Amino acid sequence: METGKVNVTVTVNGVRRSAMVEPRMLLVHFLRDGLGLVGTHIGCDTSQCGACTVLLDGEAVKSCTVLAVQADGSDVTTVEGLGDMENLHPVQEGFWEKHGLQCGFCTPGVMMTAVGLLKQNLNPTEEEIREGLEGVLCRCTGYQNIVRAVQYAAARMSESEGHREVAAAGDDSGEGGR
Amino acid sequence: MIPSAFDYTRATSVEEAVKLLQAAGGEAKLLAGGHSLLPMMKIKLTSPGKLIDIGRIKELSGIRKEGNRLVVGALTTHRQVAADPLVRKYAPVLAEAASQIGDIQVRNRGTVGGNLAHADPASDLPAVALALEAEFEVQGPDGKETLDAGGFFLGPLITALPENSILTSVSFAIPPEGAKSTYLKYPHPASGYAVVGVAAVVSTGPDGMVNDARIGITGVADTAYRAEEAERALVGKKLSEQTILEVAALASEGQEMASDLFASAEYRRHLTRVYTIRALKRLLI
Repeated sequence: METGKVNVTVTVNGVRRSAMVEPRMLLVHFLRDGLGLVGTHIGCDTSQCGACTVLLDGEAVKSCTVLAVQADGSDVTTVEGLGDMENLHPVQEGFWEKHGLQCGFCTPGVMMTAVGLLKQNLNPTEEEIREGLEGVLCRCTGYQNIVRAVQYAAARMSESEGHREVAAAGDDSGEGGR
Repeated sequence: MIPSAFDYTRATSVEEAVKLLQAAGGEAKLLAGGHSLLPMMKIKLTSPGKLIDIGRIKELSGIRKEGNRLVVGALTTHRQVAADPLVRKYAPVLAEAASQIGDIQVRNRGTVGGNLAHADPASDLPAVALALEAEFEVQGPDGKETLDAGGFFLGPLITALPENSILTSVSFAIPPEGAKSTYLKYPHPASGYAVVGVAAVVSTGPDGMVNDARIGITGVADTAYRAEEAERALVGKKLSEQTILEVAALASEGQEMASDLFASAEYRRHLTRVYTIRALKRLLI
């Protein structure tokens, strides 16, 4: 069947990217095949394993279950946009420190899911972390250390959040404690 | 896996979407969050020639209270429903069920309207829609109309939604003050869909007797259904362990149980009884 291509513009990791794509192109293929961002993995391809998880306008989504055209005009963050070797994101640091991976295949999706979870809930309980990771599968079954990695990241992030609050409170008092 | 090719149009209003549906002559499917439709298109269970994307029609999103009903826009996501203060206050069973759909990623994208219009027989929300006597607001070529949840689910993936119509919002009856409710499911270990799901809303009068009981059950039959025999048996009695055991035995009365590789019809009938017991026992506290 002949179908027209459509223009899609997505801001990926802070960079505006445009392409003419078939409407049936999935976001994960747009990222991997179109932009070469192969950190986003395809695992099950049936919306279950979560290896393809990215942030779409700040929320964790399975990019194998989103059409590229649905992301038109949106912000997408992939694992490549999380941090780099010099400046790891707290979640990446947590996976490093707590050995949150074995083969590493599920790791990008798990990390993006964790980032999405911590955006919604900065101080999750262990149970909330486990529930929050329901949408990702680790075939090495390394869940214990994944949970520890997320706990580590949550502690680091609320620590720096605390510092920001203290700094902000300091600013307030500097202005006369209004 | 990539869906078969299709034409894509983004509708900016409900009126435009209805016109596009009419023009497509039955060839088009509506795309909202896509979390029911796209997985089916990827495995070629369905291959519509056209998709009409209604996902950006802003007025279809949001939650408000209107009298004794909560009106949920069709595009409201499960995540929004689960976290919404109005829902949690006035219809906690809806938030409870929404928070158990799929996983975080699915709840961030999946919509209430898409879920209900898709009418998967193992979906969670139909049970709640029935127990909260939902009304479906639909808009079509001839204007708007309201459909009762009781007559909406006709079969697996089949609803009473008229041709070329769009489900625009769903309103749920707010249970009377003091009513107790819960949604309990046995999720399929792989898909997370309900093998059985029981939504129960029970009100008790000043005399301590049940004066209203609504039980919606999903996952076990061709469609979600109201366990009317069990409801009737509960009214006028005190909610006790003994009563619960008696009424739960009626929870699959008159229903033909579905059977598949995971659960036989006999097992589903058993699960229906057990999960009705467990759901109602939660209301004893």
